[in-house]
Amino acid sequence: MFEILLDATVRAGTPILFATLGAIINERAGIINLGIEGLMLIGALAGFSGTYWSGSLLVGVLAAFCASFIAGSIHALITVQLRGNQIVSGLAMTMFGVGITALFGKGMVGLTIDGFKRVAIPGLSQLPIIGKAFFNQDMLIYFSFVLVFLIWFFFYHTLWGLGVRSVGENPAAADTCGFSVSRYRFFAVTIGSGFVGIGGAYLSLASTPMWIENMSAGRGWIAVALVIFAGWSSPRAMLGAYLFGGITAMQLRFQAMGTTISAHILQMLPYFFTILVLVISTQRLQKGASQQPEGLGLPYDREDRK
Amino acid sequence: MKKAALLLLVILTVCFSGNAFAVAAAKEIKTGFIYVGPVGDAGWTYAHDQGRQEMEQLSYVKPSTFIETVPEGAESARVINGLVRKGHNLIFTTSFGYMDATIDVAKRNKDVVFMHCSGFKTAENVGTYFGRMYEPRYLSGIVAGKMTKKNIIGYVAAFPIPEVIRGINAFTLGVQSVNPKAEVRVVWTQTWFDPGVERDAADSLLDVGADVLTMHQDAPATMQAAEARGAYVIGYNSDMRSFAPNAFLTAPIWNWGALYTKLAEEVHNGTWKSKQIWWGMKENLVDLAAFSAKVPADVQALVTEKANAIKAGSLHPFAGPIKDQSGNVVVAAGQTPQDGDLLGMNYFVEGVQGTISK
Repeated sequence: MFEILLDATVRAGTPILFATLGAIINERAGIINLGIEGLMLIGALAGFSGTYWSGSLLVGVLAAFCASFIAGSIHALITVQLRGNQIVSGLAMTMFGVGITALFGKGMVGLTIDGFKRVAIPGLSQLPIIGKAFFNQDMLIYFSFVLVFLIWFFFYHTLWGLGVRSVGENPAAADTCGFSVSRYRFFAVTIGSGFVGIGGAYLSLASTPMWIENMSAGRGWIAVALVIFAGWSSPRAMLGAYLFGGITAMQLRFQAMGTTISAHILQMLPYFFTILVLVISTQRLQKGASQQPEGLGLPYDREDRK
Repeated sequence: MKKAALLLLVILTVCFSGNAFAVAAAKEIKTGFIYVGPVGDAGWTYAHDQGRQEMEQLSYVKPSTFIETVPEGAESARVINGLVRKGHNLIFTTSFGYMDATIDVAKRNKDVVFMHCSGFKTAENVGTYFGRMYEPRYLSGIVAGKMTKKNIIGYVAAFPIPEVIRGINAFTLGVQSVNPKAEVRVVWTQTWFDPGVERDAADSLLDVGADVLTMHQDAPATMQAAEARGAYVIGYNSDMRSFAPNAFLTAPIWNWGALYTKLAEEVHNGTWKSKQIWWGMKENLVDLAAFSAKVPADVQALVTEKANAIKAGSLHPFAGPIKDQSGNVVVAAGQTPQDGDLLGMNYFVEGVQGTISK
């Protein structure tokens, strides 16, 4: 039973994980992106259409990345180049995403594709308890594991990663050191948005291989919250996404097993745990320094330097 | 400046008087629809939208307006008000959660006709409409009861409200009428529309051994779950077989078009009166989708026979004796419950494995 639960946890958590990772890349560079929900939908539709027309899942995933990359560049243009309000631009991106996918997705409703299948990794998938959940999954889930590591490595062990972090923390200082604030921010937003799009594509290519309007159903907003919970760190984003996915999966399974606990109490669990974890992490924050990038949400203008 | 103000006044007067005249005569009908999900959900809202398009064939019905994905509750009042202000004179609110908002807006707009789907509150200018979905649900239960091998049938359900509970009960009674050993397991998702959660709920039922699934949700995710795991599935809302070509058996479906057309006619002729419409299979508002080839001929024949009995009025799915989960008789032998009892149903019948949160 525990194996099944862990397996469902990983599957439910993965779309949120991709979205959270994408949002972390955005926010590390100092740009708040509230357009995650819209970007997920754009990724979901692009991924589904790409796969439907080409017959290849890889093409679908690339299409999702590219479509969200392009949509993300609108947010980047407004917030980085034009120094517009990041909150407003992000919210507009969500509405834009919902609307444009509804419009262009009309013809895709009711079509089906062969989604991602499980691929067992020889040896590892035989491990007790964690084997099935982590090493008998589809390729996108394996990719998410790699991505968590890569993002962590990128931020802490590469010069570019240092650049992204510094333009997020203190753009003026980064500028003085010769990092191009606008270039780093632009690519952090667009590439981050691309990964958010893959999160959407996970929904339309793996978890439910179809396109339905609004199919992300609020997962983008959960990702926005998880960024704070994760403290802008990719391994902790993984923890948060699985925690959220796991509790949802658990309460559904308790019901299916026929427990007599009230469904309302079970449904409350994800939110209860969210509050609990937020309280704990805030406690921890009070002891140390805040992990939030200092320059988050502030447009940077060289001429304006104080 | 004065001239401009005067001109504006004249324009406004013309606009308002013209508008008032149109509503009073109701020669032309401008309909508005509030949907709880997107029209592309392939389910509940999709079925309503098909009905809307059928109604638009009427010559005096102007192109209708629909607003998708409107949250239920107080928020919806603003949207309904918006339709009223734009001159709609027949407004359909198509989800249970719009009930209070509909009544509220209707109070202040007596010249507009409101039709609220699935609720129980009416007013002078508010009628309700719904279908006896429990009839085809019962029939689909017969199919499920015949097709299950493990005697565990999974039911992915949205919210514990009478509409959903009635469907689960009718389905279970259908199952039990042919297979008393089978049990129906219910998982609540607490959402009408979230493909990911619906899929996960369906998977959780398959994990505990269910080999036939059905659902009361707006998206077809349950269909895909059954298809992926080689189980059977019974759809809902509209014919969803494209999502599960191998797993699909049949589906209780809605045909809203006939009802919408009739209501538009009534408003046009001025014969509309507030009432509670509850049509069944006889009026063809609800039906069972064509069987897939997986359903054996004898089962098809049995279900067709029962369907005819329901249409003729000689079979009522909730005819007594009916016991609830704890074995108390809720409908005595020889009795059939009143519509009021059916509309307020808040207990599970024997054979359902699940709880209703009170």
